[in-house]
Amino acid sequence: MAEVTLKGITKTYGSTVALNDVSLTVPDGAFVVLLGPTGAGKTTTLRVVSGLDAPDRGEVLIDGAPVTRLTPAQRNVAMVFQQYSLYPHMSVRENLAFPLKSPLIRMEAGEIEKKVREVAEMLQIAHKLDNKATALSGGEMQRVAIGRALVREPAVYLMDEPLSSLDAKLRADLRVELKNIQARSGAPFLYVTHDQIEAMTMASHVGVLDEGRLVQFASPREIYENPVSIYAASRLGLPRINILPASLFPGAPSGARSIGLRPEQIRQGEGAESTVTRVERLGDQTRLHLHFRKHDLITVTDAHTPLKTGDTVKIAPENPFYFDAQGARVR
Amino acid sequence: MAQIRIENLRKDFGDFTAVQSSSFTIEDGEFFMLLGPSGCGKTTTLRMMAGLELPTSGQIFIDGEEVGQRPASQRDIAFVFQMFALYPHMNVRRNISYPLVSQGMPRREVKRKVDEVARILGIENILGKPVGGLSGGDRQRVALGRAIVREPKAFFMDEPLGALDAEFRERMAEELRALHDRMGSTTVYVTHDQLEAMQMGDKIVLMNHGVVEQFGRPQEIYDWPATMFVANFIGSPPMNFLRFEGTVAPGAEHVRLGESEVPIPALREGHAGKLVLGARPEHIRLDDASDYRAEVQTVEYLGTTQIVSLKARHGEVKVRIPSHEPVREGQVTGLAFNPLTLTVFSGDSGNALRSVANEEVLGHG
Repeated sequence: MAEVTLKGITKTYGSTVALNDVSLTVPDGAFVVLLGPTGAGKTTTLRVVSGLDAPDRGEVLIDGAPVTRLTPAQRNVAMVFQQYSLYPHMSVRENLAFPLKSPLIRMEAGEIEKKVREVAEMLQIAHKLDNKATALSGGEMQRVAIGRALVREPAVYLMDEPLSSLDAKLRADLRVELKNIQARSGAPFLYVTHDQIEAMTMASHVGVLDEGRLVQFASPREIYENPVSIYAASRLGLPRINILPASLFPGAPSGARSIGLRPEQIRQGEGAESTVTRVERLGDQTRLHLHFRKHDLITVTDAHTPLKTGDTVKIAPENPFYFDAQGARVR
Repeated sequence: MAQIRIENLRKDFGDFTAVQSSSFTIEDGEFFMLLGPSGCGKTTTLRMMAGLELPTSGQIFIDGEEVGQRPASQRDIAFVFQMFALYPHMNVRRNISYPLVSQGMPRREVKRKVDEVARILGIENILGKPVGGLSGGDRQRVALGRAIVREPKAFFMDEPLGALDAEFRERMAEELRALHDRMGSTTVYVTHDQLEAMQMGDKIVLMNHGVVEQFGRPQEIYDWPATMFVANFIGSPPMNFLRFEGTVAPGAEHVRLGESEVPIPALREGHAGKLVLGARPEHIRLDDASDYRAEVQTVEYLGTTQIVSLKARHGEVKVRIPSHEPVREGQVTGLAFNPLTLTVFSGDSGNALRSVANEEVLGHG
């Protein structure tokens, strides 16, 4: 149980500013997902919290106590990486037990076995405890890696794209599992991904990073329904939000340069005419690619729509977002 | 331009049968997806169509002509691989020109064609650059350019977007499909990504263990899966399976789930033994009036919609509902199934039972 606070963290690598005055609080029990494209500063944030990197400026606190000068081992945090990094010559049991055999912990053998079994059962790998780590599938290996973090019961979990190397079905299963694990353990998770589905489905809070700055920190629903900028709005939503010149539709407020339209912000059947350029049937829904006054946009409609390429559809904005010339939200 | 017809195609590697008895037809100008998990035989099928593997038995017709035993060089097709095989020491123009130059085409003609292809792909401004410094997307465009420039009868692509990250893959998928729509050439595309297949394909062949599970249009396959494998492989989350034992007779318009009667499309065939009711997540509503009860376990917010996982008597059920509908963990509610969209499977064979709703789709499957 712990709360993690970053205060004014700046970190540069040579001339590159990886983090620029980032402040945020990971509340106790929260599942915080850091979202952004490559180079936004997600992994650097994790490395600064874990102690693998020292910030140039600013402070990291765990439960109110400054830890900026402590080594990773002294901080009681556990990290799970994208690559499984298991010990290939060891069995699953030995891999899971390894962190508990650290001289810092000094746990008894009986206690270790009990702990390992408990975690293995939670992750559904108990039947594989005697297998060599290399004899596992990708999903099983990643579960062992997660298990190795869990056995220690650290104050904070740090995860860097732990699911990105797994296939789609397994990712979906482990998403739910990780969320349950977090809920049961109660410890805060700080989790890095560029997969927006992971961010939306697992996070209690999402931190949107843009070139080293934290631009929005809120629940996934808040970011989706109330984004602060074009950048934040574009991080969530499939198909992605349509950004068009505000002048294309009547009613734009003064100062608005762009209009942002998610599929559910486009009313079909009234307004001005657009042309269907492509119909994509995804099964549960159908995506309509539309051409409207020399601009392309994408929206969704019923799975069994009779619309086809070349047809005309009337569209009108419904509670759209407006943004100024800098991409900031105009309200 | 080409129609490609596959008949009873089979490929053995020693004792291992990679493809057994595949048959389907790719119409002229179609964007055709070969879909399935790794090891299902999709790449082997493509390689046989391209002439990179020779079939053990069966026929391949390109525009009515049997080409099964001919080498790739005599089939007039172009192959785009997952790993962009570019010549690193040449610039973009020379990479794209290469297939034409090696055919002995006059210089001026080559230049004209390469310029045209570069315009189609939007890469005119990088023609003079070495390929070494290009981004992944530009490299892929150059690889496509080299395939297009020959104007082959058909394009074969083996997971061409597999190495790209998610956001970029989405954009390239749109680009590829738009390119196909402009050129109209028959394209056969291998992928293990069901969403990519649904999104880009005119038709899909879904394979498993060397066998064609189903062949048809994306929406038909999604709505009316021929097998439980198809129902589970297509869709995210996949179709829900409610497993029970009992007997259904031809003509049945209900199945009995515990104490509840669930209306289904009238069956054309019956089954006794293990049965499975299949329902897509968006074909189930939370409805307190329903006597089929379930408890909400988790709620996953997805923006427009949310996925609600519930514990029901017959296992876990995932429901997709609009994200503004209130729902909370621990809530006990009823589940209402949309009767027009349900499929009943034999739990013994995994095959869908024919009904008034799916017989048309399964008839030509």
